Amino acid sequence: MTEISGRALVLDEGLSLWGGMDPVTGELIDAHHPQRGVMLGGRIVVMPSGRGSSSSASVLAEAVRAGTAPIAFLLAEPDLILAIGSAVAEELYGVVLPILVLSAPELASIEEGDELRVLPGGTVEVMHRS
Amino acid sequence: MRLVVRAAEVLGARRLIDVTGAHVDSCLYHGTASLDFVQRLVDGGARVGIPTTLNVGALDLLHPERYLGEPRIAERGRVLMDRYRALGARPTFTCAPYQIDDARPSLGEQVAWGESNAIAFCNSVLGARTNRYGDFIDIAAAIAGRVPDAGLHRTEARRATIVVRLAPDVPRQLRDADVLFPVLGIVLGRRAGSAVGAVDGLRPGQSEDRLKALGAAAASSGSVAMFHVVGSTPEAATLADALQHDAPDRTELIGIDELRAVRDELSTASGDQLAAVSLGTPHASLAELERYAEVFGDRRVHADVECVVSTGRDVLAVAAGRGVVERLERAGVALLVDTCTYIAPILRNARGPVMSDSGKWAYYAPGNIGASVVFGSTAECLESAVLGRVVRDLGPWGGA
Repeated sequence: MTEISGRALVLDEGLSLWGGMDPVTGELIDAHHPQRGVMLGGRIVVMPSGRGSSSSASVLAEAVRAGTAPIAFLLAEPDLILAIGSAVAEELYGVVLPILVLSAPELASIEEGDELRVLPGGTVEVMHRS
Repeated sequence: MRLVVRAAEVLGARRLIDVTGAHVDSCLYHGTASLDFVQRLVDGGARVGIPTTLNVGALDLLHPERYLGEPRIAERGRVLMDRYRALGARPTFTCAPYQIDDARPSLGEQVAWGESNAIAFCNSVLGARTNRYGDFIDIAAAIAGRVPDAGLHRTEARRATIVVRLAPDVPRQLRDADVLFPVLGIVLGRRAGSAVGAVDGLRPGQSEDRLKALGAAAASSGSVAMFHVVGSTPEAATLADALQHDAPDRTELIGIDELRAVRDELSTASGDQLAAVSLGTPHASLAELERYAEVFGDRRVHADVECVVSTGRDVLAVAAGRGVVERLERAGVALLVDTCTYIAPILRNARGPVMSDSGKWAYYAPGNIGASVVFGSTAECLESAVLGRVVRDLGPWGGA
């Protein structure tokens, strides 16, 4: 895995990608999510957990194919559905999309818009905006 | 097998166990990636190794003309459904495989199921054991016949850690009303997240259809893969059983204000205007179809309203044999199989307002098909379909 860097998008609530993200545009479309309308593509998405539908793995793989996917997910707990979506995307399209689990304090220290670097091996470096 | 091993790594499992059946969700088209993946399986000569049912696909293969979207997408959706059938899976195309007698796993049986509502029902209501298997890993498990020995496959993970009770201010009528269950499910999903919750204090012996509605909603607002309803689900004869004789992490009271707020939040449209009524999410059971036919009686769906009921093709066949399909069609109801109204362009006027009795439908339809939604009880939905406008019965809600 090579190094990945990008801007953090901190979601206040977990997101089900199926029904929650349009893989054509990368937009967050869950009507019940407080951050409806934000664009997920190219961001490092920080959220407590995945949620809801078991179809999210397909949506993630399709978004990777379409180039609208986030470039990494940082979660508070392991999420099999996202991990499998990422594994299949790598198998089919050769794109590495890390799904990492951080401790709650680490996750909480990341703020919206922070520049992050995900290093090979899964270490995350945070460069705060201010 | 590589995917199954990857799953074991993610879950920290030390070994794999055999499963006796699978329910596969990957047959619903989500774009080119869906076809690219199944093509890999086909090219590799894969076949399912255990009895496998299929979840909904993108279109109703018995009534393909009901698909109102782009023909090119419909064709791709159909090809995907065919490919999964060709892998040896049974073409059930339902999100409620638990309604098919010979596809229901028994208490304690180890299986690999996809589709969030089916997962919740399988664990909670049948007492069979599955983790949340999403797309790709579901068919991988069906081919390998094995899954990681982790999570809800293991007894200790099935213990309730949260207890949920209705507060004293919840009216008695609401405590035993159908409409409580989808609303309570949304609350349970929010409160429990991915934890196992036990709902305590309801009348014992709640119907499978009520538990279906509860689980589907909880798996929409949260990642609920298992819940207990004390006195109704098999691993919760008593609260102590649900807790596996341990203490809960927390006990929460749900008051009438929160239930009303969730009910209102599930509706995105106001007023009494009505374009369509959609029932059967998850797929309607035989008992539900019979009830709808009973309520319509000699009445008909209003000329300005489209009323669609989604169900499984196996349930439809039984219902047809009992004359229920004919009664519903005579009442002006369209019966949809193999798919659902909120995952595919089916409704003539999807913008709505569309009325539904499903917490899951209400939750996802605005994002998926751009519908404005009126959430109501089953009885309100049927009455509104006949009258051609939204009618409410606030009786169970204590009048507000």
